[in-house]
Amino acid sequence: MRGIIGWGVHIPHHRLDRSSIAAVAGSGGGSGTRAAASYDEDTTTMGVEAARAALSGRAVRPDALWFATADPAYLDRTNATAIHAALRLDRNVPAYDALGSVRSALGALRTGFASSGCAVVVASDLRVGRPGGPEESGGGDAAAAVVVGDDTQVPVLAEIVAWEAITEEFLDRWRTPGAPASQVWEERFGEAIYTELGLEAIKLALDGAEISATDVGHLVVAGLSDRAAAAVARKSGVPAERVVDRLTAEVGNPGAAQPALLLTAALEAAQPNQYVLLLSLADGADAVVLRTTDALSGYRPRRPVADQLNLAAPLSYGRYLAWRGLLPVEPPRRPEPARVSSPAAYRNADWKFAFAAGGQEHDPHLPPSPTDDVRTPMADVLGTIVTFTVDRLSYSASPPVIFAVVDFDGGGRLPVELTDADVDEVAIGGRVEMTFRRLFSADGIHNYFWKARPYRVAAPRGEA
Amino acid sequence: MGSHGIKDRVAIVGMGCTRFGEHWDKGVDDLIIDAATATFRSAGVTKAEVDAYWLGTAQSGMSGITLARPLQLIGKPVTRVENYCATGSEALRQAVYAVASGAYDTAMALGVEKVKDGGYQGLNAVPIPGDGTQRTLAAAAMFSMVAPAYANKYGVSTEEMRQALARVASKNHHNGARNERAQFRKEMSVEQLCAMPAVAGGLSVYDCAGVADGAAAAIVVRAEDAHRYTDKPLYIKALSFVAGNGSGLTDPAYDYTTFPEVGQSAADAYAQAGVISPRDEIAMAEVHDCFTPTEIILMEELGFAERGTAWKEVLAGTYDLDGELPVNPDGGLKAFGHPVGASGLRMMFEAWLQLRGEAPENRRISTLGSRSLALTHNLGGYPGEMVSFVSILGTDR
Repeated sequence: MRGIIGWGVHIPHHRLDRSSIAAVAGSGGGSGTRAAASYDEDTTTMGVEAARAALSGRAVRPDALWFATADPAYLDRTNATAIHAALRLDRNVPAYDALGSVRSALGALRTGFASSGCAVVVASDLRVGRPGGPEESGGGDAAAAVVVGDDTQVPVLAEIVAWEAITEEFLDRWRTPGAPASQVWEERFGEAIYTELGLEAIKLALDGAEISATDVGHLVVAGLSDRAAAAVARKSGVPAERVVDRLTAEVGNPGAAQPALLLTAALEAAQPNQYVLLLSLADGADAVVLRTTDALSGYRPRRPVADQLNLAAPLSYGRYLAWRGLLPVEPPRRPEPARVSSPAAYRNADWKFAFAAGGQEHDPHLPPSPTDDVRTPMADVLGTIVTFTVDRLSYSASPPVIFAVVDFDGGGRLPVELTDADVDEVAIGGRVEMTFRRLFSADGIHNYFWKARPYRVAAPRGEA
Repeated sequence: MGSHGIKDRVAIVGMGCTRFGEHWDKGVDDLIIDAATATFRSAGVTKAEVDAYWLGTAQSGMSGITLARPLQLIGKPVTRVENYCATGSEALRQAVYAVASGAYDTAMALGVEKVKDGGYQGLNAVPIPGDGTQRTLAAAAMFSMVAPAYANKYGVSTEEMRQALARVASKNHHNGARNERAQFRKEMSVEQLCAMPAVAGGLSVYDCAGVADGAAAAIVVRAEDAHRYTDKPLYIKALSFVAGNGSGLTDPAYDYTTFPEVGQSAADAYAQAGVISPRDEIAMAEVHDCFTPTEIILMEELGFAERGTAWKEVLAGTYDLDGELPVNPDGGLKAFGHPVGASGLRMMFEAWLQLRGEAPENRRISTLGSRSLALTHNLGGYPGEMVSFVSILGTDR
């Protein structure tokens, strides 16, 4: 049996209220919120967080890593290597990118299903639009990781039953490299083509799985055309109450991450032995039929979608624009940081990317010293704030800097920057978790490292 | 093994110090020439009569040529040293040891910093290529963590702590207002200081050292030769230096209320000088008040107050100009300003003036005549990761 053996999701902490847009941009907006990546997040860092949620604490050894996004942090060099390093995967585990289009995420997932062994497929997207436009208000930022494998390591939670793909060349949206946002053809065009494609793909997949539409327990329709998604769902024959919420009211449409995100949400709501149909409408259509197994009832995702929806904080539109570089606010009057030394980063990759301390587990040193002959991974260790300060002088892309001295459970201390935190909620004794972030970019080099953030999620409730 | 010191083997016989401040019209060369000229005149020597030179500058120039070129030295050994904000003290330390060793008869230590050419407020270190994981917090923010930690440990209320910090700044502004070389010459009341907005933790800009350009220098000779240059030499009683290993940043036992490197360097200095009870023997101290909470911790590390009591002593006026043990009678880093490489020598310049009775009457220390020892303390780095220098100077041999 081959299928999904785990998953993890990262929805950024901040939400932009769409009703705040029109007052500034003059038009647009709407109701509900969209998820907004922090100023120190990109698709790679969000991908790390989703992959960590999928793998942390589980007895799963991946054989391959795939990373898909329409908004890569780098071109030419692989972005998945940073995720590979952050996860401390073995050197002989290959890591590949699938970049540029929303559909790449389905390609990576299909490759995972088609290959042998265990594959971690990470999809991440950061959707930017012109201020006041529908791409901005309708988009969302998120990442989701799906772990694919057979029953050899851990039980399969949802078996792959059928995958039908149709490819079609037509242009309903486009973005040339370097452009800030997609442009869209008259929406009726995409809606019409995608509705037909979707219904055709669903029929093929149901036939392939030898089931009917009424056998589907959960229908996920992903795709950048909201109108097509709604139309397909309506005409699919699947009862309306079994159509999975597209999270548009809270997250928005996270592009390449949407299929995996919504599939994850569906699996978290599913019962054992149910059919889940995932349809993705992107440059054709991919229809995937999965059947959940008995093992699903014993699986507890580390960071469920519902938890992350509940733990959000509001973000003002002005700050959102500044974070996306669309409102060039006055920078702090301090020198900008110098670019990271590549050789130094290479030598210290296990510290910089994986937050591996030196020394034994009971006596970790942060950072490690050359005399430490063992390394102890600390990324999943919680800590407590010993003392902290708010720095309005240092350079930051989003001042002020909140900085804390953190003691880790079981030993080890690091003075470290906080993120996803309000000045008012930080207190001595507060609990924090580590999160992978982009500290700054200089000379086109992104400086990835870890920050601490207030620990807000419920503790893991067990293991499949 | 042991730290034996060189008590009474070397003496300072001449000193000079520029005004500290925003010298838009002076470059590094100008500051060096001004301080060196004043110092040669003070000692009554020519540049050719000085056998070796040490230049302390953190980031205003590289190599001894930074000093040799403006002074147009010919065939002289010039060493540039750097040791964070204790750079000026380090320059003197090396010059003194060179003379004590017998290698040279006469040496000059000159510290200089030109910080106001950078275009940014505050001090900004030259970046060293790294892996991007290093802390980039402002120094003020690092030291700001001391105040709440101290208050929490000793049961001091936020308001009392705020008052004590403001009292440190107010005292140093009071002294600086009476110092023609100081950057800030305006008195500031505790009430004014408490009303300033916070920029780093609970600290306002007025809790921070002034950022200034400036230079200061000393000429040292063997103690037995000192009276050939001046009737009132200052004898080196002790020089101590400790470089921390940074463990405070990573050690969960460190609580941000102590500076162990300072305590260690002070103990070494007192042993070298034979000082038993510093609070009763020292006439004045110039200490590294980079931020107001620093000065409070330093009072305890230097043995001027029991642990947990310095904040009360500050409020009681113990360290005022007319107090029991005047601290920073020249205004300190707070009011005199902090040209990094020059500050350690500036501290000694105040000891030079005060112990020799040459400080102006309106900022003369209360202990003049009854005690003869001065202490200078100069640190660099941050809580948990610092270098610390302590000297003890005296008029009697």
